[in-house]
Amino acid sequence: MSARFEAISVGDALPERAFTASNVSLFLYNAAIWNAHRIHYDAPYTTDVEKHPAVVIDGPLQGDWMSQCVLDWVGEDGALLKFQYANRRASYLGETLKTVGRVTAKDDDAKTVTMELGVQNEAGDVIAPGSAVVRFGS
Amino acid sequence: MPSMVSDEARSWIGRSQPPIHMEVTRRDIQKYAVATEQRQQKFLDGDEAPPMFLFGLLRPIVPLEGLGPDGIARDGFLPDFPLKRIMAGGTEMTYHRPLRPGDKLIATKTLADIQEKQGGTGPLIFVSYDLTVETEDGEVVVEERSMRIIR
Repeated sequence: MSARFEAISVGDALPERAFTASNVSLFLYNAAIWNAHRIHYDAPYTTDVEKHPAVVIDGPLQGDWMSQCVLDWVGEDGALLKFQYANRRASYLGETLKTVGRVTAKDDDAKTVTMELGVQNEAGDVIAPGSAVVRFGS
Repeated sequence: MPSMVSDEARSWIGRSQPPIHMEVTRRDIQKYAVATEQRQQKFLDGDEAPPMFLFGLLRPIVPLEGLGPDGIARDGFLPDFPLKRIMAGGTEMTYHRPLRPGDKLIATKTLADIQEKQGGTGPLIFVSYDLTVETEDGEVVVEERSMRIIR
């Protein structure tokens, strides 16, 4: 585990992952978090009443995807201490989003690594920025 | 410029909601893990909850008549402001340990601060909340600071 921490450098990129929500996955997500807001499953209501171009992908779901970017990179070698995110722009059913991350700081004494994270749309714009701190085992 | 935050609204700073009692179950974790496309077996098996699982756990369960025509539960934990459009700001979580099946947790949410700012598109009000999630024995499991932006 220590070898894993030693090998990490500021500037390292975390593996990217693409997510394409479907009507089915969004339904299950909103059922799981007990959210009945119709913009996540009722297309006519979403476009006619709330004037979005299509069914809306939940902001916190994008936050979850960002957290997976960190957790899948860390594996069993460390624990998530801090995670922060904000949703800046909406995204819609049909879009493929990508989670990205980069190491921005490393503390050798505390065995922590700080990362800058993001969810990107197909145009490459960061629609949800985030950050995380992970502590590696000794 | 006159303040958009009345004395009554300002008196909400420091106010806490009644504590929410929550129980973590393996089945709820498994449903969440599938819906969010988790890859780690411990999440898919429900042995441990993914960090953002807490977001769903905290959502209120209200009777159907408590939902608006948009499907949203009315949230009383916000003072009355002259601005009405509410947006989610950022969320920052500090994790002391992961949530696991069988955890019985108590969440307490406090309205921590209200700030007014002049944004590029008009006035904005920022309301921040502090949330503490602890066990019945008082072990703090997660702390969260979240923001709402009203414009």
